[in-house]
Amino acid sequence: MNYSFQFGEILANGDLLLRGLKLTVLLFVLAFSGALVCGLFIGVARGSSRRVPNLIATAYIELFRNTPVLVQLIWFYYALPALSGWQPTAFTAAALGLFLNTSAYCAEIWRAGLQSLPAGQWEAGRAIGMSEWQLLRRVVVPQALARMVPAFTNRGVELAKMTSIASTITVQELMYEAKMLSTQTFLPLETFTVVAVIYFVLIYPGTLAAYALERRLNSKGA
Amino acid sequence: MANVLPADVLPADATPVLAVEGLRKSFGTNEVLKGIDLKVGAGERIAILGSSGSGKSTFLRCINFMETPSAGRIALDGTPIGTEGRNGALTAKSGELRRLRTRVGMIFQQFNLFPHMSVLENVMEGPVTVKGLPKAEARAKAQDYLKRVGLAEKADQYPQRLSGGQQQRVAIARALAMEPEILLFDEPTSSLDPELVGEVLDVILGLSREGRTMLLVTHELGFAYHFATRVLFLHEGRIHEQGTPDEVLKNPREERTQAFLHRFSAFHF
Ligand SMILES: Nc1ncnc2c1ncn2[C@@H]1O[C@H](COP(=O)(O)OP(=O)(O)OP(=O)(O)O)[C@@H](O)[C@H]1O
Ligand SMILES: [Mg+2]
Repeated sequence: MNYSFQFGEILANGDLLLRGLKLTVLLFVLAFSGALVCGLFIGVARGSSRRVPNLIATAYIELFRNTPVLVQLIWFYYALPALSGWQPTAFTAAALGLFLNTSAYCAEIWRAGLQSLPAGQWEAGRAIGMSEWQLLRRVVVPQALARMVPAFTNRGVELAKMTSIASTITVQELMYEAKMLSTQTFLPLETFTVVAVIYFVLIYPGTLAAYALERRLNSKGA
Repeated sequence: MANVLPADVLPADATPVLAVEGLRKSFGTNEVLKGIDLKVGAGERIAILGSSGSGKSTFLRCINFMETPSAGRIALDGTPIGTEGRNGALTAKSGELRRLRTRVGMIFQQFNLFPHMSVLENVMEGPVTVKGLPKAEARAKAQDYLKRVGLAEKADQYPQRLSGGQQQRVAIARALAMEPEILLFDEPTSSLDPELVGEVLDVILGLSREGRTMLLVTHELGFAYHFATRVLFLHEGRIHEQGTPDEVLKNPREERTQAFLHRFSAFHF
């Protein structure tokens, strides 16, 4: 093989990729922070013995987990406007779709985390008069968190990679800019190699930080 | 020991601290409590005996609404707790539950301390989070109660470092810190190694000298005898026999009570 790499031209267009990277990060931060919080509420409903909240949460979770995320984004961008008359921007549609999708997965993580706590902990909190939310905040979440960090990390990594799908509905994030660049320069090999490296550099530190956090939480609790 | 009279002969003008009337509890089709009536006067100490499955825990748990009663009435100081739904079950709203549980403390067989909090934080948790006490005040109070159960020097340890007996004493301090009018104990020594039972029973006897109102489920007959002003024998969801410790433990009238006591003393020499 005597292909000569031409990274120079790709790096010269670094500002394009950087612009895309900013949107990628923004998509990730919005969707993930929203999903962590929203997932708690759905997870509580999912674990609840009350019929109606449980049914709604279950339906929500199954709907989003059992359809492709690509279909979900396209649905929010192209189908929702027809239904509601509201046309979200591509970015809004992507952020909304990724947020709702990740919420469904986070809800399952929360539910499992909350249920992993011995029933005696809930009982002890109730017996001194704590409300359910006080119990969650003071007793349950601090103990369950250490056990949930690995699952949330996986979800975060999944989401970071999933943001690249937003390019299919014309969100000008990293993947979109990369596609443009590769057709302009006729250098797909170089472009997507650089992009892969960027994604790795973006995601890997997060994984490392989560390992460290997990170790710290575990040593504190025991 | 000054024996408080059984409720049936309480002075007519005394409002019972706790009044239970026609209490029933079913889990699905399984009726566990089949109509329990009990009036508890201030300072009474009631030991509840009965074989496994007779409904002792369920009875205690209904009193502080850890289980919602399927029927009946429960009143504290003459004020009814909860409202009766269409199906007869009692339900209490969250505010009422919180007030009820600050007035009725509960100690569990399994201690159930919060493992992520220090001993002191465990005891402070209720006063700070539920009662809204300033931290400094709650800390002083918690230290006080820890001293009462003989664990002042363990304040900064984490629960897992303590023996079972010490953990249960912290759990008692945690309940006391809410300054409840009534304490419920559900087999507080059943999960302890035999050599640790004594220290917990000593703390409970100490509380009885303060004149606290207490209901205690136990299989320690000897302790029940010294602790209680009144003994109840529960059988199949009903109060089968009650009276002073001498009456119930030494001269039981009912056959079932006799059989139960006989089984428990079979191996005493
Ligand atoms: N949450 C529940 N759901 C269904 N059944 C229950 C529940 N709690 C208790 N029961 C049933 O109610 C009955 C009485 O239980 P309870 O725990 O009150 O008995 P107990 O007298 O405390 O027994 P033990 O001495 O073993 O503690 C048992 O048959 C038990 O299976
Ligand atoms: Mg029991």
